[in-house]
Amino acid sequence: MSLFNIFNVAGSAMNAQSQRLNTVASNLANADSATSASGEPYKARQVVFSATPVGENGATGVNVAAVIEDPSPMKMVYDPKNPLADGKGYVAMPNVNVVEEMVNMISASRSYQSNVEMMNTTKTLLLKTLSLGQ
Amino acid sequence: MLNRLDDMLNFHQQALRIRDQRQQVLASNIANADTPHYKARDMDFKATLQGALKGGGTSGATPLATTAPGHLAGNPGQTAAAGLLYRTPAQGSVDGNTVDVDAERAAFAENAIQYEFNLTRINQQIKGLLSAIQG
Repeated sequence: MSLFNIFNVAGSAMNAQSQRLNTVASNLANADSATSASGEPYKARQVVFSATPVGENGATGVNVAAVIEDPSPMKMVYDPKNPLADGKGYVAMPNVNVVEEMVNMISASRSYQSNVEMMNTTKTLLLKTLSLGQ
Repeated sequence: MLNRLDDMLNFHQQALRIRDQRQQVLASNIANADTPHYKARDMDFKATLQGALKGGGTSGATPLATTAPGHLAGNPGQTAAAGLLYRTPAQGSVDGNTVDVDAERAAFAENAIQYEFNLTRINQQIKGLLSAIQG
């Protein structure tokens, strides 16, 4: 039954989307973290999705291939009173783009929802198949 | 007699099996809606069903030609993915993904209803047979 495999496909996608949501949460929470344990400002993180085969029938699930640090430059904010300010009075703030992160969040939650609905439909179909001939 | 019973149920059985496979392919498309470079896939239901009805359940897969006794026959049962086609995207996207989520979800719902239709038809056939047996 390929229908059972849909649970694996949808499950892998939900897993990937929730990881994406997790990075969005961490980015938004640290949008103003000018320093960290390493002394560097927080760098935005992004997930990289890749398609991965699930089962033997050509089904394709989603896998998080990597969590990368956003290579875009840090935001330089003029704040000479800040102890972290450089010689010219600029402080390096995290390169988190709040608007982009909000869009990312909405997209991830919608995709998660689609996968939940997909699972529900599949469950209904499987239960109907079980009652075949009764 | 049993042979005829089998023939009677065979059509909807094959149709169910292919609907089942197609559901899985469409599920893969929706799951990969955000994966870069993923190409949406689908199958030609009519051609696959015709192939399955003719070839006795090999899902329309073409077997390898064998001209010498040492040649491998291949395994047509494993090549369900060979019958899959790629969708032509209505609107391209920068990351190379060709999934149109709305179209895929519509196809997914349609395929689910068709699957239920085949289930209902088999149920009716079984009920018909039962009433013929029990009088």
